[in-house]
Amino acid sequence: MSKISLIIQREYLIRVRKKSFLIMTIIGPILFAAIMVLPAWLATRDSTENRVMVLDRSGLFADKFQSSKSVVFENVKGDETSQKQQVLEGEEHNLLLVIGEISGQKLPEIHLFGQSNPPLEVISMVEKQINGELKNIRLKASGIDPALVESINPEVEVRTSVLSEEGEKDGGSLAATIVGYGAGFLIYMFIFLYGSQIMMSVMEEKTSRVVEILVSSVKPFELMLGKIVGVALVGLTQFLLWVVLSFAVSTAAGKLFLDKSKVQNETQASVGKPDIETKAESKGMAMISELKNVDILKLSVCFIVYFLGGYLLYSALFAAVGSAVESQQEAQQFMMPVTIPIILSIVLAQFVIKDPHGSLAFWLSVFPLTSPVIMMVRVPFEPPVWQIILSMLMLVAGFLGTTWLAGKVFRVGILMYGKKVTWTEIAKWLKNG
Amino acid sequence: MTPSIETRNLTKQYGQHRALDNLSFSIPKGSVYGLLGPNGAGKTSLIRIINQITGPDSGEVFFEGQPLGPSHISRIGYLPEERGLYKKSKVGEQLLYFARLKGLSQQEALERTKDWFIRLDIKEWWNKNVEELSKGMAQKVQFIASVIHNPEFIILDEPFSGFDPVNSNIIRDEILRLHSEGATILFSTHRMDTVEELCSHILLLDKSKMVLEGPVKQVRDEFKTHLFVAVTKAPIDFEKFPWEPSAECINLEGQDGYKSSFRIPETRQSNELVLDLIQAADLVSFAEELPSFHDIFVQVVGKNKMVL
Repeated sequence: MSKISLIIQREYLIRVRKKSFLIMTIIGPILFAAIMVLPAWLATRDSTENRVMVLDRSGLFADKFQSSKSVVFENVKGDETSQKQQVLEGEEHNLLLVIGEISGQKLPEIHLFGQSNPPLEVISMVEKQINGELKNIRLKASGIDPALVESINPEVEVRTSVLSEEGEKDGGSLAATIVGYGAGFLIYMFIFLYGSQIMMSVMEEKTSRVVEILVSSVKPFELMLGKIVGVALVGLTQFLLWVVLSFAVSTAAGKLFLDKSKVQNETQASVGKPDIETKAESKGMAMISELKNVDILKLSVCFIVYFLGGYLLYSALFAAVGSAVESQQEAQQFMMPVTIPIILSIVLAQFVIKDPHGSLAFWLSVFPLTSPVIMMVRVPFEPPVWQIILSMLMLVAGFLGTTWLAGKVFRVGILMYGKKVTWTEIAKWLKNG
Repeated sequence: MTPSIETRNLTKQYGQHRALDNLSFSIPKGSVYGLLGPNGAGKTSLIRIINQITGPDSGEVFFEGQPLGPSHISRIGYLPEERGLYKKSKVGEQLLYFARLKGLSQQEALERTKDWFIRLDIKEWWNKNVEELSKGMAQKVQFIASVIHNPEFIILDEPFSGFDPVNSNIIRDEILRLHSEGATILFSTHRMDTVEELCSHILLLDKSKMVLEGPVKQVRDEFKTHLFVAVTKAPIDFEKFPWEPSAECINLEGQDGYKSSFRIPETRQSNELVLDLIQAADLVSFAEELPSFHDIFVQVVGKNKMVL
């Protein structure tokens, strides 16, 4: 037992002390925070200003254009060629919008010129404003008051609730989808990342023949188990550090960003421009409150169980592959059957999310090779408790099974040199071991 | 005295291939035991069984009279032929790890490792990564790793390969020191000069079977051809000489004189030949030509091949 702990200790320390671990630990939360905060930050940030000259031949739209922070419209008169020249020089204006004559029901010809391809933002803004104005004109022409149309435009929203014995509770399918998929993906990533680390480390010991010394001191099975547990602890450490750091970074960044946007909102509100943005914001708020409804404790417990179970199950298989081969290329053919179920489970996760209580979801979340990802995707949708327990028991059984099989392959494989291993060979080891 | 290692009817099978066939021998305590044999004869299989890396299919192994078991692991040292160290780990740390895996406490491991670093004068290597070391340097580290726990029984598989003559001598002296301190040593080697120089006993394996076993002197006696070589100042006149020389060596002129060789029949003594030689010419030297282990090896293994 003390020898296993020695192996665990070494496997843990060499990885934790590596520069790459430190870098990953620091970069992980920064990336995470960046994903969360960057889009919002970019939206509030002043981007390069587009100054658009509007040459309106129809005379219908010239005064109607509303400038925004990043796009400024300015009416011009005169002839097209000289304006184009101005765009080419690009001192004051970098874009030229030419609106053609309008006659009857025919749509005007609209042409945007720029030194380079005009930004999509400007194009959609122009389209939206012209469409809106045209709609108003046509409504008026038909004798309908545009304000009336605005007032009868329906905008319903569906509120979801989950009924249970304890009463009803605000549901959140969107939040459940995001949380479930995120957790499933995280498990998928960890299994791959750390599973392949196990494989590499076994291969290193085999090709460098360190294993000869090791197995004259410890049993191959102890060696394998020590490695697997050591790396699992590295994974957990990294994950916990990520959680703590991400939380710290995103709170700090969020605070900074929220203060700014609040000020902006106030100024915008005072100008009096209640439009789509605020609606989007309220939707965001709803999402956040939905997130709060997710049972964090249950989710965390499930996550840790499936993370560890899935990792242990797969890492034993990865260790067996590493022990059987002598080079990366050789490893490929044996990796395939190990990686297929895990890739399959992340691919099928999207169907599971669409129907989280269907039979596909059930079977995949009970089968140990796919359950870590699939059950994690399902947990936020609150599957029956007996299914979770069944799935966990199956996972434990699966882990014991793969470790037992992997141990047999490992024991023979690590001492087998200079021989290309085939599937029939491995089958023989399993039979004889 | 209880032998260090004793095997009885040891057999190991790998699929269709029989790696060891009914091996019974014992390694006396305090001996330097040479394990010889051509490639694929079963040497590695035998070593792996003694190291408990694998187990035999049938037969028994005894360590100091007890059936070989896990408690003996810390009393056996093993230098594998295929050398292996963690390339990206520091030398000192790595040795500590191996020592602790052999059951030493942290403190003991540290003391022993430091001792070895001082003894082999490699103190400055402690914090180096193994990949920075030359092949010979890494070999030294590997040697330390195999004996760091002061084992009573040391298995050395080709211990001198990869060493230059100077380092080779350093390692040989260390092996002899460990031997003089009471360790029993099992040598697996192809180098017959090492066998002649160091071994007190040998075991020759061929095609999974034991073909020769015993003390070096006894084995040599078995292969004695009763051939004697005499060097004389002047050539011998064989017209008048009462002994018949071997056809391939008659008055061959050399630096010291003229060399002739004689095969003495079982019925006569070498002293009789010496007396006759002294009368015939000035005798410079007279010696029995003993078979070298190289010759014995080739003779035994070669004969086995002929049968096949």
